[in-house]
Amino acid sequence: MAAPLTLLLLVAVTVRAALFRSSLSELISERVEVVSPLTAWKRVIEGLALLDLGVSPYSGDVFHETPLTIYLFHFLVDYAEVTFMVSVAGSSVVVTYLILFQFRKQKFALEADRYPLDCLELIRSPKEMYYIPLKVAMFYLLNPFTILSCVAKSTCGLNNAIIALFILSTIKGNVLLSAIFLSLATYQSIYPLTLCAPALLYLMQRQYIPVNFRRASFWWFIVQYAFMYLGSLFVIICLSFFLLGSWDYLPSVYGFILSVPDLTPNIGLFWYFFAEMFEHFRLFFLCVFQINVFFYTIPLSIKLKEHPVFLIFMQLAVISIFKSYPTVGDISLYMAFLPVWSHLHRFLRNIFLVSCVLLACSALFPVLWHLWIYAGSANSNFYYAITLLFNVAQILLVSDYFYAFLRREHHLTYGLYLKRKDGSEATLVLK
Amino acid sequence: MGLLSDPNRRRALISLLTRLNTPICIVCYMAGVAWFMGLAFEPFTLRTYMSENAMGSTMVEERFPAGERALATGREFSAHKKRTGGMPVEWLMKTMQAKGLEVFTQRFSRTLPFPDENKERYMVRGTNVYGILRAPRAPRTEALVLSAPCSPGDNNNQAVGLLLGLAEYFRNQIYWAKDIIFLVNEHDLIGMQAWLEGYHHTNTTGTFCHSRGGSIQAALSLELSSDIITSLDLVLEGLNGQLPNLDLANLFYAFCQKIGVLCTIQGKLQRNDWDSVSGYSHAVQTMMLMVMKQASGRPWGDHGLFLRYHIEAATIKGVNSFRQYKTDATTIGRLLEGMYRKLNNLLERLHQSYFFYLMPSLSHFVSIGYYMPAFGLLAVILLLRALDLWVQLSTPPQRTEDGVTDIEPVRGVLSLLTPLVISHLTGVALYMLPIRFQEMAVEHFPVSETEAVVLTAIAVYTAGLALPHNTHRLLSGEGTEQGWRVLKLVAVLYLAVLLGCTALINFSLGFILALTLVPVAAFVTPHVPKVLSAFILVILSPACTLLFSVFFFQELQEMPISFQDGWLLFLSVISQGILDHSLYGSLVYPLITLLVYPCWLLFWNILFWN
Repeated sequence: MAAPLTLLLLVAVTVRAALFRSSLSELISERVEVVSPLTAWKRVIEGLALLDLGVSPYSGDVFHETPLTIYLFHFLVDYAEVTFMVSVAGSSVVVTYLILFQFRKQKFALEADRYPLDCLELIRSPKEMYYIPLKVAMFYLLNPFTILSCVAKSTCGLNNAIIALFILSTIKGNVLLSAIFLSLATYQSIYPLTLCAPALLYLMQRQYIPVNFRRASFWWFIVQYAFMYLGSLFVIICLSFFLLGSWDYLPSVYGFILSVPDLTPNIGLFWYFFAEMFEHFRLFFLCVFQINVFFYTIPLSIKLKEHPVFLIFMQLAVISIFKSYPTVGDISLYMAFLPVWSHLHRFLRNIFLVSCVLLACSALFPVLWHLWIYAGSANSNFYYAITLLFNVAQILLVSDYFYAFLRREHHLTYGLYLKRKDGSEATLVLK
Repeated sequence: MGLLSDPNRRRALISLLTRLNTPICIVCYMAGVAWFMGLAFEPFTLRTYMSENAMGSTMVEERFPAGERALATGREFSAHKKRTGGMPVEWLMKTMQAKGLEVFTQRFSRTLPFPDENKERYMVRGTNVYGILRAPRAPRTEALVLSAPCSPGDNNNQAVGLLLGLAEYFRNQIYWAKDIIFLVNEHDLIGMQAWLEGYHHTNTTGTFCHSRGGSIQAALSLELSSDIITSLDLVLEGLNGQLPNLDLANLFYAFCQKIGVLCTIQGKLQRNDWDSVSGYSHAVQTMMLMVMKQASGRPWGDHGLFLRYHIEAATIKGVNSFRQYKTDATTIGRLLEGMYRKLNNLLERLHQSYFFYLMPSLSHFVSIGYYMPAFGLLAVILLLRALDLWVQLSTPPQRTEDGVTDIEPVRGVLSLLTPLVISHLTGVALYMLPIRFQEMAVEHFPVSETEAVVLTAIAVYTAGLALPHNTHRLLSGEGTEQGWRVLKLVAVLYLAVLLGCTALINFSLGFILALTLVPVAAFVTPHVPKVLSAFILVILSPACTLLFSVFFFQELQEMPISFQDGWLLFLSVISQGILDHSLYGSLVYPLITLLVYPCWLLFWNILFWN
């Protein structure tokens, strides 16, 4: 496992290093699909310059990263490329490791007894599982989206690394570290807050605490976790305050994320709606759009109570689709999980359609951008149409995986080849 | 979402699509071609109409009187041009100053990557002269441009004369709200590019323009070579097939109607007998000429480079043929005056009307919503084939217990990657080598630089066909059924995305490539008869498409040529394509070499899979 992984890392680092040195890197770091106002490296540089001048980096409306990030880069600015490569490589190794860990404990023989006999082909053999961590690493490291995001030095790579560390510590069962990393991820971009639900579910599952609202142990665990989480969040926020000496960053980072004042086109759904909207509807629709990200946590956690790891995947996807300033870097994180669910492939229905649409949209983004901004012959509607299609494809992808997951569960309990009462072959219909 | 979730209906649809795949593809292809040919049929097209309010209802009166004097100035210009053997900069500056303009010059020099044999130039050095008429009635934030090229020989003297005459007349009018820039550019497009770069401070070749007017809203380029003309021709096609806003064409047409000048597009007059066969074929001819010109991606007049800067521009060409109907310079001056006065009334940039259109005649147009289905029908074939391949690939559920499936994917990826990498490397070679190797080729072979470039390109292109493509056999032993299916799936999707993107930027190019490449993509498998298919594949390859296009274009212009001349023209077209790319940044050459050709090579590869 180590040798191919090292090779993969070498290839990935070479590709990135070559791109960093080429003239493409400048072009890529200007693309709206790759960098958002939150994560653009150009803005970090601007913030650093302001900091060096002794001005608050949040004065003006350029810099929107968190104070800890800017202090991190204050020391690392000369090694920025290395930092980003390390963060990407690190997060991929972490994810690989956690998948490895996740599967080692799944005992094939143990599982096999529990299910009906004809379901044996639904359960993965150890040999199939052996390659999954490597595939995950490959999906993350060689995904063009990750490469673009890394070459653009989008700070999104750092956020992904933090989330990966959070998932790792959760799956290893370390409650404290999990809470700390979750608070760090929340501190970076609010939305990972929704990941607390799968983390709690997983940790409780590990410690054999039943999810039962009447049990004291359940509530006690939640209080414990909340205490650790809020405590570390408090510490981080205060630390930021002491570093900067002002609360400037709260409206500038979190207000910026939540109220979406910057309507630069990106691959998300916000910009066009809010550019077209009458000002007095703005607050209402802002709430509607933001609730979207958080709301799915409840039904998903109820449905996937037994499968927190899949829930993490779903949450990551939902965040990256509905967040206010999405970039391709966010997408690449949940896409890295796709090989983990390779056993669902036989139940996927629209994967061909969806991958065609995702492929076509990724190619059409720059083309329509060119027609709109440079040639002046197309307009924003063209670009937004593609954005919409891209997001619809992502939603279809995620819901397809969700459906396939539920269906596999259904088959695992009821047998793979279902029969009707009259003996003919039955079909499952989603209504 | 019933279709996406109901398994029974899905299965029925998919089995229908896979069973009837070939007939559906053939029907789609026919329908696509028929749709395209139908576009020229007048009842299916829309009449042009002025969308821009500021240019529509406001009446202007044209009073330009001094046609004869303008022609006299033109003759004087010609005499001075002959004396200096190039651009008479001194004389032009003096004359423009005398007319009351602020006059400036811009020097530029440019070395071509290899000599241009059509225009006989290699090291280009020249001067642009331009005079600005400052707007008396508004802050100088916007400008209009009238340009005339200073061409070698006796061409375009009248255009410069008329330009100077108009400048003098415009100077005495008080209603200008936009600066008007009168530009005489040397070395046609090279000079124009230097001037535009200088004006917008994106310099690479010339010096900066010392003085600027406002941001340019519209530009017209005038080409006039005789004192009396019979008709005016409108040229719209710009760099990379970009077109100006349709309102500019409408404006020209409206004034031609008003003043009573014969006007043509693609050199074709408007005809009223659309219901007769000859009338329809006339419209088809006009539209096809536009399609061919747009597909070439080169600027067909001096206006072509303005479009890159968001400036709506067109070229107006005076044609002197043997028609009875004559128009003198005063009338053309009045026409231009009228157009500039209307443009002067603009409140914002021209944006109301269409940017994506084809014109079967000056009074009718086909908008993007009408012509895109023709392309869509062709593109659908690719998707259907891809779906078919996907179903074939996914139906045998070869889930063996263990062992076999593990090594397959790695090998599969390798046998897929090798042809992809090799064909793209060939594409890169085709893109880089011709210009890099010209010196070496000239040393070793008795050819000129231009010939060397073109012949190298053709050599690399042919060598690409001969490359040992079935390297996958070295890696994985035998070319598997699965292997070519996966490769074909990738190639078909690649082609679909590529053509889709091309058609959005330059519909004509995308459509012509789709016409030839889609059948290739649809039918090629390793199991079809080798020799015949290889022949068809070569016939439908990008280079042969270009060769046929050359003949077809000559045929459309009613100037059929022999095969020998056609071949020479083909060679010069290639060199022009490379030059256009390195001089003005035309995208057709890199598109063909770096993307389309490698994609075609993939299909070539599939044919010789075993």
